[in-house]
Amino acid sequence: MALDKSEVKDIAHLARIAIDEDKIPEYASSLSSILDLVEQLQSADTDNIEPMAHPLDATQRLREDAVTESNHREEYQSIAPATEDGLYLVPKVID
Amino acid sequence: MSWETVIGLEIHVQLATQSKIFSGSAIKFGAEPNTQASLVDLGMPGVLPVLNEDAIKKAITFGTAIDAKINQKSVFARKNYFYPDLPKGYQISQLDLPIVDKGHLDITLEDGSVKRIGVTRAHLEEDAGKSLHEDYHGMTGIDLNRAGTPLLEIVSEPDMRSAEEAIAYVKTIHSLVQYLDISDGNMAEGSMRCDINISMRPKGQEEYGTRTETKNVNSFRFIEKVIRGEVIRQIDELEAGNKIHQETRLYDSVKDETRPMRSKEEANDYRYFPDPNLLPVITTDEYIQTIRESLPELPGQKIERFQKEYELKEYDARVLAASKAVANYFETVVTTSGAKAKLAANWVTSELLGALNKAGTDIQHSPVSAEHLGELLQRITDNTISGKIAKTVFEAMWNGEGSADDIIEAKDLKQETDSGAIEALVDEVIANNPAQVEQFLAADENKRKKLVGFFVGQIMKASKGKANPQQVNQLLTQKLK
Repeated sequence: MALDKSEVKDIAHLARIAIDEDKIPEYASSLSSILDLVEQLQSADTDNIEPMAHPLDATQRLREDAVTESNHREEYQSIAPATEDGLYLVPKVID
Repeated sequence: MSWETVIGLEIHVQLATQSKIFSGSAIKFGAEPNTQASLVDLGMPGVLPVLNEDAIKKAITFGTAIDAKINQKSVFARKNYFYPDLPKGYQISQLDLPIVDKGHLDITLEDGSVKRIGVTRAHLEEDAGKSLHEDYHGMTGIDLNRAGTPLLEIVSEPDMRSAEEAIAYVKTIHSLVQYLDISDGNMAEGSMRCDINISMRPKGQEEYGTRTETKNVNSFRFIEKVIRGEVIRQIDELEAGNKIHQETRLYDSVKDETRPMRSKEEANDYRYFPDPNLLPVITTDEYIQTIRESLPELPGQKIERFQKEYELKEYDARVLAASKAVANYFETVVTTSGAKAKLAANWVTSELLGALNKAGTDIQHSPVSAEHLGELLQRITDNTISGKIAKTVFEAMWNGEGSADDIIEAKDLKQETDSGAIEALVDEVIANNPAQVEQFLAADENKRKKLVGFFVGQIMKASKGKANPQQVNQLLTQKLK
């Protein structure tokens, strides 16, 4: 399956990765070969096989519902690039 | 052409746990920003989610209450998208094998008819944080207190055909989650939010039309407005020969209209995959059975019991049982007052709910407690005051002037039951109104009734409403012969 230029751009956008325009053909071919491998896997007959959500033969341990965390806002925010009024500040997300 | 509306709803219910679904942070509403955001909630590298047992239990409680199949093997998945209030870059949710599978719920419409609505599934997920777009020097402020709050997303079948049915369905869910004690159902605080899927099709056609989804609607009133507005918009488009675009819309409550989300906001490519940090959740038959056996009395059962135990009409039973808080209030009034249930039902449904409605508040914030209303009804039952005076007392109680007994005492409202004193009043009114007495004696049966009303009115006025009405009537009939 061959990806075209705009599909590569979409994938990059979904992953929030900036890519060089001239590298796109290279990415397209690498990504396409991954998809080819998946396609090959798809052709395996899995009719009687239960989907495996996790390779470990174990089940999820559950935690008792109790508040165990205390407020460490100051320590956590000391490494943040920008904070104000207790909020983390990020570049504006709506225009 | 005649159109049929098709509605399906996704309702997000915030579960009333103590701590978050994957971390031990508190989820108290209204805390200072980011004081309930731990390293897990901040999405720091190296942290692992640990699942809260109570979230599982509450989800299964809901499932058993709607006769749903519980998936005893349930899997969590990552839903990937970028937004700063989701620091991990993915929301932990469920796709295949949600904890609650197909179930159903019966809704009662205004005309009393019952309709069954299918529930496709209900799955657990974590809430995101909150973005504050007010001016922070051109930046956005992020509060992650809400990030990781457990949500149960209840997805309905496209079984509703009108705004009325959709509202009835949401109200039924709203009441049910409070009955089950799995959510506080506080819509103003965002404990219940609704995504509304709407499509139109020509009446009689089986195939569904193209739908739109309006996201994050958080009040009954807005749900109704969104549906009515979107139905008109879609019919207009279709009748003009246009196509409906499958899209996500946002409701603007200020302008009272929906608008399509900009495509940039719409990131529908979520690339779900099983979360490798979480193993499948396995629940045993015994575990589910224990939950099933400890289900509380549900609305339908309560309505039946109220009719049987208190001999209430179905309508009254329904009004009282519509919310657990109202039902509990009513039963407390009955026990404390020792009054007839019918009297208690009338007072709760008309006086109390009327006053709450007018004040725009709910029964949890009622200025008159159930115990205090019970005391008031006790005073009606033991003839200390009449039903009419009781309304005056209730008003004073509502305004915080004290208990029923305090107010009756302070305002001197005790009913006059001394027959001598009442007789004196009756005599006085008869003596002061000779013309009406003449008329009365000359009148036929029908006219007499009217005139009796006049006399009773005068006597009650003279007694400042305190004379016992039965005694007044009795004495009056004797004297006017």
